[in-house]
Amino acid sequence: MMAAPEVFVSLLDGRTAASPTAGPAEHDIMADLNLDQVVNAVAGDREQRDLIIQTLSQVPADVATVRYRHEVFRDLEDPGLLRAAARFAEQMRSVRVHLGQLSKMDSAHQREGWFLDAAVIYCDAVRALAAALASAPVASRALRAFRDYLAAYVESARFAGLASDAAARRDELARVMYQVRIKGLRVEVSRYDGEPDYSAEIEKTFERFQQGAAKDYRVRYRTWPGMTHVGAWIAELVARLFPGEFTALREFCQRHAAFQDPVISQFDRELQFYLAYLDYVRPLRSAGLGFCYPELTGDSKDILARDTFDLALAARLVPAGQPVITNDFHLGGRERVIVVSGPNQGGKTTFARTFGQLHHLATAGCPVPGTAARLFRYDRIFTHFEREEDISDMTGKLENDLLRIQKALLEATPRSIVIMNEIFTSTTVSDARFLGEKVVTKVIELDLLCVYVTFVDELASMGPTVVSMASTIAPDNPAERTYKVVRKPADGLAFALAIADKHGVTYRQLIGRLTS
Amino acid sequence: MKAHLLYPDRDFDFEAGPPPAGDDLIQDLELSTLLHTMAAGDNFLLDISTRVLLAGLTDPDGIRYRQRVLADCMAEPQVIRTMYDITVAALQDKRRAWGFFSSQYPTSILSGAINQLEVLIVRLRELRQIADEHVAKFRSPGLTALLQTLQLELDDDYFETLNHHLRELRFRNGELMSARLDRDNSGIEYVLRSGQARRGWKERLGMEPRSVYSFTIPPRDEAGSQALQDMASRGINLVANAAAQSADHVSSYFTVLRAELGFYVSCLNLGDALTARDQPVAFPDPSPPGTTEWSCTGLRDASLALRADHVVGNDVDADGKPLVIITGANSGGKSTFLRSAGLAQVMMQCGMFVTAASLRASTCRQVFTHFIREEDPEMVSGRLDEELKRMSTIADHIDRGCVILFNESFAATNEREGSEIARQVVRALLEAGIRVLFVTHQFDFADGFRRERPDSTLFLRAPRQPGGRRTYKLAVAEPLPTSYGEDIYRRIGGWLGEQTADS
Repeated sequence: MMAAPEVFVSLLDGRTAASPTAGPAEHDIMADLNLDQVVNAVAGDREQRDLIIQTLSQVPADVATVRYRHEVFRDLEDPGLLRAAARFAEQMRSVRVHLGQLSKMDSAHQREGWFLDAAVIYCDAVRALAAALASAPVASRALRAFRDYLAAYVESARFAGLASDAAARRDELARVMYQVRIKGLRVEVSRYDGEPDYSAEIEKTFERFQQGAAKDYRVRYRTWPGMTHVGAWIAELVARLFPGEFTALREFCQRHAAFQDPVISQFDRELQFYLAYLDYVRPLRSAGLGFCYPELTGDSKDILARDTFDLALAARLVPAGQPVITNDFHLGGRERVIVVSGPNQGGKTTFARTFGQLHHLATAGCPVPGTAARLFRYDRIFTHFEREEDISDMTGKLENDLLRIQKALLEATPRSIVIMNEIFTSTTVSDARFLGEKVVTKVIELDLLCVYVTFVDELASMGPTVVSMASTIAPDNPAERTYKVVRKPADGLAFALAIADKHGVTYRQLIGRLTS
Repeated sequence: MKAHLLYPDRDFDFEAGPPPAGDDLIQDLELSTLLHTMAAGDNFLLDISTRVLLAGLTDPDGIRYRQRVLADCMAEPQVIRTMYDITVAALQDKRRAWGFFSSQYPTSILSGAINQLEVLIVRLRELRQIADEHVAKFRSPGLTALLQTLQLELDDDYFETLNHHLRELRFRNGELMSARLDRDNSGIEYVLRSGQARRGWKERLGMEPRSVYSFTIPPRDEAGSQALQDMASRGINLVANAAAQSADHVSSYFTVLRAELGFYVSCLNLGDALTARDQPVAFPDPSPPGTTEWSCTGLRDASLALRADHVVGNDVDADGKPLVIITGANSGGKSTFLRSAGLAQVMMQCGMFVTAASLRASTCRQVFTHFIREEDPEMVSGRLDEELKRMSTIADHIDRGCVILFNESFAATNEREGSEIARQVVRALLEAGIRVLFVTHQFDFADGFRRERPDSTLFLRAPRQPGGRRTYKLAVAEPLPTSYGEDIYRRIGGWLGEQTADS
């Protein structure tokens, strides 16, 4: 026995009232985690770009909304339904563009023609989506409610009348053909009476003037939108020559003035969020990468992720045909801090970003990279990645670094996440160790979840809350990085000279390159 | 007719791509501040200045050729700016002559081409007039030759010939065409029909009544006649195409002249901005490539001088020192000095003045920079890997006679390993005849060169003043094994609630 049908409210949020949000994540943090790249690429140049960016950047305040969005994402895993939804969205966009242009059209005949065109597209879009929803397996509360709504709408007399009327008008107008004669400023319009084609002859006459490579000044004709007033006068005369067709068109426009259904329009806007994210994810899935629906915990800091990866990085590697290395992590019991050390170019930074990305995307209600994930419902993420030096900042890089870290650590709460990547590199090892210990001490004091990337090995052994993870190397080729980051003690190995050798910039290699 | 303001014997190649290290230079030397001041809000000048700045000369005579032109410009700024304005106006007129809708109409393309030629000729006359009035005021070979050429080539006979051709080019036609309705009921699929109205046989036999509606565009209805012209001209697309191509050749001279004058106008803009901030400028004295001369007094970072007050100038004598290592306090002006040296080199080699009381320097084939960078946005590389990869790219292009500036390079690993990499790289560069300036906090690296090459290395240090205050003036001094992280931590109050030194 099915539950009573739900009334469709929203694709993004199951409740009637607008959801409170925890507010947008800060720009710097999105940039540090490369989430700005993800959000930008997902939103692309879509019409609902702002809505998509807002939905992906703002973290909903409750777990229920996350679950509601997960259901919709799961339904759209059906390829047939996804295709239908994308096609529908494209057509609805076209309808909106059409109608938006009407106010710029001075000629009634032009407006009416364009309005008819919008209606034709709309009818097609609605019927196609209704058919797709009726035949697809739909389980989400949001899509089930919308499917029922749409089925009833398509059956309504109002919609059936609109559709048949539009098709008839379109056929009639397509058969109209006329001719225009211009004599100075005088214009004559009549039905086309069979004069022969003259342009081919003209073209042939002037063909000989064509030169070799030179800028092409031939005009690509496209006058729409914006019929000229002369075009409007001509349309007026054409309407007199073909009164039946044009009168029927006018009556159509009056009869169906407000043909768009507001609920369908809202559905279409919110659908953009899902389509955009799935478009972004699709090539990655095709490349064999997993996405999962994470569990969010609000009370426990036992978290894990399996086969996860940096989404922004994967979105670059996959189109280039390069492999994406996946990683696992988990924290249990008193464990809170992951100190990542090990060889450079070993995926440490990527690992740190991945940790932050997962938490953010999960909280926005999206499927996240990985085959399984349980993540913490945080209040704020703090990041510290090295910034480019800026000469307008006279206080110096290190002081700037410390001020930023100080600010973050003073604002963090026990529900916050802190992600730091190789800070203090522009000073000495002893400074880096001194300051790194200060940071980790504070993190432990606050009971924060934290990922700390460093080359200072000592930080990995600061007590039971600290877990040491390290990037790894291939045993047979130390210059070849595996990009695997695994749980193991910090071993003090860095492979700087091996990398220098890989790039051909050791002393011996450089002498050979520069003096040859 | 040639402009030849940047080279005595050829045009500047504004199409050439930037040198391999160009993007790094712009970013690392903060060239954009300088370039935007030169451009004064004009994107065209920005582009021109960028291209000229990045394509420096190595030949001291070539540099002096530009210095002389620039000195003329600074003596008669109003004449130069007027000439530049004429070229800008000429090309603006040319663009306006096309009209906003005109590119949709072949008839307009045709008349537009004619209009263009007409306005360009007006501007050519103005240039000739400038030449007549001011040629005697200039001393530089570059400007003198330009103005004399204008007088010679643009004589009165030539203008007469041009006008004759313009009168011949006017063309009008009327058209008959069929059409269908587009989805918005406007006309589409215009097909030009025979101009001679032949009645269909049915009509001639009176079998079918012919209904014709007509209207006449009011004579003052410009838009209407434009629209009509659009429809009427669709058939003569190719004719207009051929006509318009000839107009292009005439305007190319203005394009070249505008670009070359534009560089000097940009220099005037920069000079004005620096003067307004009481910053000294001087023409540097370039020495031939291959020498190792580099000495300055009062050298400032030009970009910083445009943005900050109280910029301190440095006096440095590095003659005979292929390696300069700069160490010392963070925030002590190390990077600023490094940028000032790079900027001065680049400015000198494109013929500009520098922000210093004096500078004598060997020219170099090219300036390279290797500065600490933000996390690679491509993320494919780790930090050190990215630095070494950049170093490798530089090694592909750098050569004897180049200069390279390092800023905190190879510090993405620990100090011992970073020092070792830096040592190997710098040693190889020096042996290959490349001059090196290196800002570093890595004591191990700096001290190694102090022991190995005390005579051919200049050590500068950003000093820390008593009481923790810092100046930006560098002193000749050997590196010290100290760091300041703990100081700063205590000064800003930390985050663990410890007692701070200041409180």
